[in-house]
Amino acid sequence: MTQSYTITNMLAGLGRMAISPVQEFGRVAIFFFRGVIYLFSFPLQADKIIDQVYFIGTKSVFVICLTGAFTGMVLGLQGYYTLVKFGSEGLLGAAVALSLIREMGPVLAAIMIVARAGSAMAAEIGIMRISEQIDALETMDINPVRFLFSPRLGAALISFPFLTAIFDVVGIIGGYVTGSLLLGINSGLYFSRVESSVLMEDINGGFAKSFCFAAIVVTICCYQGYTTHLRKEGFGAKGVSLSTTSAVVLSCVMILVADYVLTSFLL
Amino acid sequence: MTVPLIEFNQVFKRFGDNAVLKGVDLSIYQGQVTAIIGKSGIGKSVLLKHIIGLLEPDQGEIRFQGQAINAMPAVARRAVKMKFSYMFQGTALFDSMTIYENVALPLKEKGQVPFREIQRRVRDKLAQLDLAGIEDKYPSQLSGGMKKRVAMARALVTDPEIVLFDEPTTGLDPIRKNTAHAMIAQYQKTFGFTGVMVSHEIPDVFYICQRIAMLDQGRIIFQGSPAEIQNSTEPAIRQFIRGQDPEATQAALSER
Ligand SMILES: Nc1ncnc2c1ncn2[C@@H]1O[C@H](COP(=O)(O)OP(=O)(O)O)[C@@H](O)[C@H]1O
Ligand SMILES: [Mg+2]
Repeated sequence: MTQSYTITNMLAGLGRMAISPVQEFGRVAIFFFRGVIYLFSFPLQADKIIDQVYFIGTKSVFVICLTGAFTGMVLGLQGYYTLVKFGSEGLLGAAVALSLIREMGPVLAAIMIVARAGSAMAAEIGIMRISEQIDALETMDINPVRFLFSPRLGAALISFPFLTAIFDVVGIIGGYVTGSLLLGINSGLYFSRVESSVLMEDINGGFAKSFCFAAIVVTICCYQGYTTHLRKEGFGAKGVSLSTTSAVVLSCVMILVADYVLTSFLL
Repeated sequence: MTVPLIEFNQVFKRFGDNAVLKGVDLSIYQGQVTAIIGKSGIGKSVLLKHIIGLLEPDQGEIRFQGQAINAMPAVARRAVKMKFSYMFQGTALFDSMTIYENVALPLKEKGQVPFREIQRRVRDKLAQLDLAGIEDKYPSQLSGGMKKRVAMARALVTDPEIVLFDEPTTGLDPIRKNTAHAMIAQYQKTFGFTGVMVSHEIPDVFYICQRIAMLDQGRIIFQGSPAEIQNSTEPAIRQFIRGQDPEATQAALSER
């Protein structure tokens, strides 16, 4: 009697463990679609989108340049020492440009934006939630998803591709600095390899990734902040800190998962 | 008697093991200011949040002009909600916006009021509450009492039909408190609005409210006119409005 009770209990627990992530995924998806619909519903919130483009985009340029430069430089170094073993160091330009444009650019740019802007979004919206500011919006008949999430989503869809493009270009220049200036590959050769190897397909693929990452990052970060009050394991300031942490961790994991899925489709 | 504007019918609400509302029956009439009094933590804010739909009852229904709100279609529900304005106990001001932006937001988001009109109305409201000159400050730069008054300005700026005030004057100095009370009374005279006010300001509420409801132990134990409550012989009510609890006072005294 007691034994069968424990077994059904365990089974029920297992079932709950399987159901709750699916439920959560559904809620996130609904949140995302609401955000998309409100993004295109009138009156458009152009001023708020521009504010957010400044916050997510413009203010991230510096950190994107910095990480882009060092990523390109280290790719130049590693690429050189690998290629030189096969006597084909002339291909360095192609190796750096393709890995940046197809993989490293979109992924690393997205991760840097999560660190800079995604965490801030989760914290800001989380604080608004716990201090009843989101309830206040509702009492004013202002839709909080439309007011808080949609402008950030729109701004991210605009900013991510640009930031990725900046990351790629700065990275290619970084590869040139190590490959040509430090290790002595002919600079004309480096850039002609870049030009001849990169196809429009590669660039489009990179942009497609950055669009998807934009949607994933903003949805996860805003959703975590928005649902701060539903957390069982922490309230108040603790809840906000947990939301911010899980927003960053989940976003980064989902970027890499989505990157794998997208790459397998794009190749 | 006329149909109440808002009516609670056997409303129950619990949070986990904590049953807060245990069968609330309450009627609120058009054009009156109703005060809800009761001890701290008894569920007054919870009750007020049910009116505007921030919380949903576990059981029972809340009617607006005789129609159950939770049974209404979404469009009708929204139309009802638009008549309301809510002033939060904790002010709930947007802390990353200036005072001006805070008060202007409910007007601005509707997109129907022209810019100059918004400006005029916001400045008027702030001036009435003795808040002129702080438009560009942020909520964290203000004192608690000033924040309360900003929250009140924000609740009243849209000239709503029904305003729910959650402890609008707690923490104000006596002069500002009287101003706020006078403003509510004045509003009622000019606009004939309906107010529901959670308040601890006894006896002030007896002069500005036409109806008093007392919440205790999860139920409304009294509703009626200020004169009626003042003449009530019910011990719980008498003690509360006189600020006396013989047992607690005795216990505190004997501890010394
Ligand atoms: N969102 C909530 N979740 C859980 N408990 C709540 C919530 N809101 C209020 N309560 C509980 O309900 C009770 C009444 O709270 P409240 O309505 O704020 O009291 P007051 O009469 O002082 O306004 C308290 O015990 C409080 O802990
Ligand atoms: Mg309260």
